[in-house]
Order: sequence, then C-alpha cells, then structure tokens
Amino acid sequence: MAGVKRKYVVPGDLICEGNYTSLANVMKIGNRFYSTRIGMAEISREGVRVIPLSGIYIPRVDDIVIGKIIDYSAFAWEVDINSCFSAYLPAQSVFGKNFSPAKDSLTKKFDIGDLIAGKIIAFDRTRDPLLSVSGPGLGKIPKGEIIKIAPSKIPRLIGKKGSMVKAIENATKCKLNIGQNGLIIAIGPPDGLLLAIKAIRLIEEEAHIADLTKKVQKLLEEGDKFEKVD
Amino acid sequence: MRKLIDENGLRVDGRRVDELRPIKIEVGVLKNANGSASIELGKNKIIAAVYGPKEVHPKHMARPDRSLLRCRYHMSPFSTETRKSPAPSRREVEISKVIREALEPALILEDYPRTAIDVYIEVLQADGGSRVASITAASTALADAGINMRDLVTGCAVGKVDGQIVLDLNDIEDKEGEVDMPIAIMLNLNQITLFQLEGILTPEEFKKAFEMALEGCKKIYQIQREALIKKYFGSSEPIPVE
Repeated sequence: MAGVKRKYVVPGDLICEGNYTSLANVMKIGNRFYSTRIGMAEISREGVRVIPLSGIYIPRVDDIVIGKIIDYSAFAWEVDINSCFSAYLPAQSVFGKNFSPAKDSLTKKFDIGDLIAGKIIAFDRTRDPLLSVSGPGLGKIPKGEIIKIAPSKIPRLIGKKGSMVKAIENATKCKLNIGQNGLIIAIGPPDGLLLAIKAIRLIEEEAHIADLTKKVQKLLEEGDKFEKVD
Repeated sequence: MRKLIDENGLRVDGRRVDELRPIKIEVGVLKNANGSASIELGKNKIIAAVYGPKEVHPKHMARPDRSLLRCRYHMSPFSTETRKSPAPSRREVEISKVIREALEPALILEDYPRTAIDVYIEVLQADGGSRVASITAASTALADAGINMRDLVTGCAVGKVDGQIVLDLNDIEDKEGEVDMPIAIMLNLNQITLFQLEGILTPEEFKKAFEMALEGCKKIYQIQREALIKKYFGSSEPIPVE
C-alpha cells in the first residue's frame, strides 16, 4: 500500500504525533501515539497500528481456530483453544434445535481429546469465547499432522491474500488448515509434510524479515530438487 | 570502618561516583516461559520469567475487570556468601510486593480480564541493588511476553557513601553506606513507579541524588531497549523499514 510508513517499536516508544486514529496496540496521550507492544508500527491514512511480534492468542470474533475437546457437560463441550480462555461449543449448535440432553449423548459427536476446527461466533471481555462448527471446513479433524507455532506469526504464515500458504501448499502438495490460535493441521505425503514443517519453522523464526517470501520459495525449491535426486 | 571512597575519588570497586556497574541484559533466555529476560548488573545475576495471561487458580482470585498480576522475588540458596534458606523471608515477601507495585502502572491489565499474569524473579547471585535490577529484568520479560504495556520500567539505585552521593550501590556500599535510595521510572511517560529511601538526605543532596538516578536509569533503558530489539529484529540498531 502506498503511503504506509513502518518502523520497529518496543513498548513505550513514540510512534508519531498528529491527528491520526489509533487502530491496534497503540496508546494515545494528547496527540502523541505510543506503542504498547514489541512489533512493527504502521502509519497509514486509516491510522496507526502496531503489528505485535510476540504474545499469546487472544480470541476475536470470526477467527477460525483449531481446538481440542477437554471436557463436556450435558449441554456443551469445553474446548482448549491455546489461549487464556477456554472456548465453549454448545450442543444445540451441533445437534440442532431439537437437541435434548436426555436423548442425545454428546460423545456421539465429539469425545474428549478430539481435535476440531471451529469459528468464534461471540467473545467479549465478560464472557468466554463461543464456538460454532457449522461452515465449510469446520468440524472434527479426523487426520493430519499438527504443528504449533507462535500465534503472533500466523499473519506472516498466511501472507498477503494467502500467498505464502499457497506457495507452501503448491510446492509440498500438502493441505494446510491454519487456526488463528497458532495450530496448523497439515495433510499430505510424508516428504511434503517434512518440507512444509521446515518452511513453517523458517517463517516462525524469521517473521520480522522483509523479503521472507523469497527465502521460503528458495527453501521450497531446494527441497524439490532434493526429492528429485532421491 | 573502612573508607568506601579513596583520596582519588574512586569507590571500593574502582568506579567513579557517577558510574554504573557493567550491565548486560538478554531477552528470551527461557523456552518454556511466555517471556523471559536475564540481567547481570555488577555481580548480580537475575532471571525473570513471565507466564500468562492465563487462567486464574484459585478461581475466586480472578478479577472480572482486569488481570491479576502476581510477583515472586526469590533468592536462591547459593546466591549469597552464606547459604540463604530457600523459604521466602520477610524481606523477599516485601520486595515481591514493591516489585509488583512498580510494574502494575506500566501494564494495561484491563486488556486481560479474568486472567492472571505470573512474574517469577530468581536471583542467582546477589549484589547490591537487586530489587531495581529485578524490576528492569521483569519489565523486559513482560515486553517479551507480549503483554500490553504503557512503557518499560527501568530501575536504578543511588545512595550516600562517605558523605558523597553515589550511583548504583554495590553490596558493601549498600550495607555500610549511609543512604540507599532505589527508584524505578517509566522514562517515556516520565512517571515514577517505585521510590524508596532508607537514611537521611538534605533537600540539596536529594536533588543531586535524584538527578543522578535519572541519568543512571536513562543509560540502563538504552541497554534494555537494545536487548529487546536485538532479539526481535536481529540487530542492535533499529532499522526503519520505509
């Protein structure tokens, strides 16, 4: 985007002065804008934001997350979504309106230890996040390799309009199912999986580097050659 | 009583009165913690680890509107010349409290309701001024953990030794000197979060001591900031990406 100014900041750094809107991770005192996180500050026409480079996952409405069922009651499952809050998946949203706790057993759908992909449909500071599994690609995850990375690096892994994921998927013939909470499910041939994990680890380690896409592409190409020699 | 400042104006460890001890800060020293930092200030060796935000246990301690900050300052049994009992002493409980209160104003705890943030500070080797070094390390670790902060907190001690105001007291000066004044400050916001004074200073002496502590904090802040930048952006100098 044209007219976007970027710089590295730590908490307390003055980002800029003037008439802007604060978008994310920015503290406004008078007309001065200070960063509240370590990361990349972006000053654009819409406002000032800091893209954090560390931190745990804080749920947001409409995020797709990958979670593990840790408990259930008569009405809902409790899901560990790798955050400081555990999410709830109400049984009614899975069984439908005619759900009756007397007739339907929750374990028929999901049991403790099952992995699911879900969407956060409600979350605010007073209540724990609420999940839904209705939608394409959501629901129980039957197979795949699970990869865990820092949630703050997920935007980098996805890339601009999903360019980075597409590059990895095409080169490794794997399907990557990415949760915003830092969990990734990869399905594909073993060689591809190993290469995909390598690429993901590279992105996690060097998320702050500007031309990361090129570096990842190089790694993926070299991986390809290696396979052909074999 | 021995002389703590010699005729050349040098202190027991050969420093000038306004000189800091050698200082080194490293970020991300512990893999299992959400954020961590180590600090070496003279003979002090301190590790700070931050866990959280996470679920609160016991549940009744959770605050509905803000996060719960818990701090534990602990000296390991081998940190002193004679063995220190590992049980938390009266002094450690008090220092844990003042450190918590020095960090709280810098954190935006309202952003994480119903959660807890645990800060563990372990003194591996003790020298004078371990509380201010702990505050510096802990605030660096909190920034590493990615918790919303208004500013970094930097700590520094000043004191009066042999009738002179000196910066950054070591163990001997701390024990045998007349005055010890640890302070912690948020430099960008220009706000003080810890202020303690043991002993008596005249208003002129106080003014001089405070100015000196401020200068000390500014030097430490630069090192603290560089340590964070080094871990996250690879070099010790910030490279602005245009």
